[in-house]
Amino acid sequence: MSSRVFIPGDSAALSVGADEVEAAVRSIAKERSLAVEIVRNGSRGLFWLEPMIEVQTTAGRIAYGPVAAADVASLFDAGFLTGGSHELCRGPTEDIPYLKNQERLTFARCGITDPLSLADYAAHGGFRGLKRATAMTGAEIVEEVVQSGLRGRGGAGFPTGIKWKTVLGEPAGVKYVVCNADEGDSGTYADRMLMEGDPFLLIEGMTIAGLAVGAAEGYVYIRSEYPHAFRQMARAVAIAREAGWLGPDVAGSGRAFDIHLRLGAGAYICGEETSLLESLEGKRGIIRYKPPLPAIKGLFGKPTVINNVISLASVPIILERGAAFYRDYGTGRSRGTLPFQLAGNVKRAGLVEKAFGLSLRQLIEDFGGGTASGRPLRTVQVGGPLGAYFPATLLDLPLDYEAFAAEKGMLGHGGVVVFDERVDLARQARFAMEFCAIESCGKCTPCRIGSTRGAEVIDRIAAGKDRVANIALLEDLCTLMMDASLCALGGLTPLPVLSALKHFPEDFDRPQALAAE
Amino acid sequence: MSGPIADQSELQRIIEDLRHLPGALLPILHAVQERFGFIEDAAVPVIAEALNLSRAEVHGVITFYHDFRRAPAGSHVLKLCRAEACQSMGCEELAETLRRRHGIAFGETSPDGTLTLEAVYCLGNCALAPAAMLDGRVHGRLDAAKVATLLKLVGAVA
Repeated sequence: MSSRVFIPGDSAALSVGADEVEAAVRSIAKERSLAVEIVRNGSRGLFWLEPMIEVQTTAGRIAYGPVAAADVASLFDAGFLTGGSHELCRGPTEDIPYLKNQERLTFARCGITDPLSLADYAAHGGFRGLKRATAMTGAEIVEEVVQSGLRGRGGAGFPTGIKWKTVLGEPAGVKYVVCNADEGDSGTYADRMLMEGDPFLLIEGMTIAGLAVGAAEGYVYIRSEYPHAFRQMARAVAIAREAGWLGPDVAGSGRAFDIHLRLGAGAYICGEETSLLESLEGKRGIIRYKPPLPAIKGLFGKPTVINNVISLASVPIILERGAAFYRDYGTGRSRGTLPFQLAGNVKRAGLVEKAFGLSLRQLIEDFGGGTASGRPLRTVQVGGPLGAYFPATLLDLPLDYEAFAAEKGMLGHGGVVVFDERVDLARQARFAMEFCAIESCGKCTPCRIGSTRGAEVIDRIAAGKDRVANIALLEDLCTLMMDASLCALGGLTPLPVLSALKHFPEDFDRPQALAAE
Repeated sequence: MSGPIADQSELQRIIEDLRHLPGALLPILHAVQERFGFIEDAAVPVIAEALNLSRAEVHGVITFYHDFRRAPAGSHVLKLCRAEACQSMGCEELAETLRRRHGIAFGETSPDGTLTLEAVYCLGNCALAPAAMLDGRVHGRLDAAKVATLLKLVGAVA
């Protein structure tokens, strides 16, 4: 009997040598005449252990990591195919505390199955939500999603069901479902992981959305920085179509739904929904005025549901288990789970799916194990490049939408980037303005011009020129950007800037720091 | 860098294959760049004509997106991530080392034409920072020595 070995095909695992590990396993198994079946699974999200390989044993799956190609011979020597002990052995995967202490709903299957096997997907609960949806009316599906309390996981946190209800309420005709897979926030990788590790889940979620609102076509807009995810999604869509899960008669429902993929071209702004729609239409990614909302006049002028990958991928379990099951997770108005993404200077970086409400400290210390460098933590940026920088004194903040808004920050897409004491917050604030200047679509003046002026003002402050007056000017500029920008890029760039200024004023009073550059 | 398109029929074939797509311009530009390495100025009127767009519209799209090039890149392209997660793990120091070692800044190509260095803002490899993409392949947990090894492996910069 052959042994089953799981070696992630996730691009993060590949970035640290998973393909080389696979080649080594194959060649040594051949050398030693051992029958090995290799599954290229998704990542479990325990990135500090990647490449993390697993073997199927009678006692469940046993994990080894981080494995380098050079370690493979010694793994065979240690009898890893039957779970033999080795210094890289992490024991049964499911018992690793990092994984065991999570509440995986959306990522329940990621890393466990063969991402491109429909049989594996179905055997692990796949398509149950869709099957239930095919027996429901659009209004019933929408109501289930409304009741679940699911809010947009892309960052804005708008109730998903309400968006769907608006599209459903538009007269029948051509409508679209668009998946926003333009995951541009630094510190985030949940969309990428899901598309690479459990692509059928996204397909199922989009199909349910299509049935709910009466749309027959869906588009996934994937950023070009994710070529591997794009290829994986393309394979998955082809497989699903071949098997009748997409096409003129979805799952025997008599209703049509199909999915097309489009590649972005390197523009952060295209993560903004109206800019994304422009880009899908083949134009410059310039944002649109709202109203009209995309739900009424979206892609090619038609009513459009536009949701983030994780929002759509959370729908199947809501349909499968019911709204109440999902709503029972979480706190306040933040219901369900969020796949938090620990990144940057943290010892155990990875994906942590938990119900809303745990604290930043639990996430960073209990899961993350503190900084990777071992130096004291100085700040955490939550929510991507438009998220606030919080000091260590705010680590007990609960992770929910409202608590973060109250501290003038945001959860965004759930990215958490840890910095140690070497960080210079004036430099980070300058970067926020600079990034906005690079990525601004140029439509509105506060964003286009304000970002460049903002970087210049921070340079003057850092150089010690008229500090007090320039700080007042910077605050004034930030207020203007927040109040007068058309979209979140210009409107939220002040968050990292003002939080840095508020919590780390000392960094804006060190003339040598930036002036030396 | 505009000049005669080396293979006019190849350009026409790409356009014919993709023009039926809704919002065909981006897919066509990606395919042209994939095939020729960059989007020559001479291709602009051809694409514009086929899609019933103005040359200005096509030019506007090409210049809006960071991905599209109007001139050839070096034989290898290293995109180093400069976003926050990679900053927290020292990507700027890594960039400085590359600049010193190879004499190229972001957006520049080495004098021997083998390496183009570009900035990228997030490769989704933030748990394994610092990260970079070399010729379309992502690498994580980088340091100066690893980057040097990678570059040597593909034959970029002596």
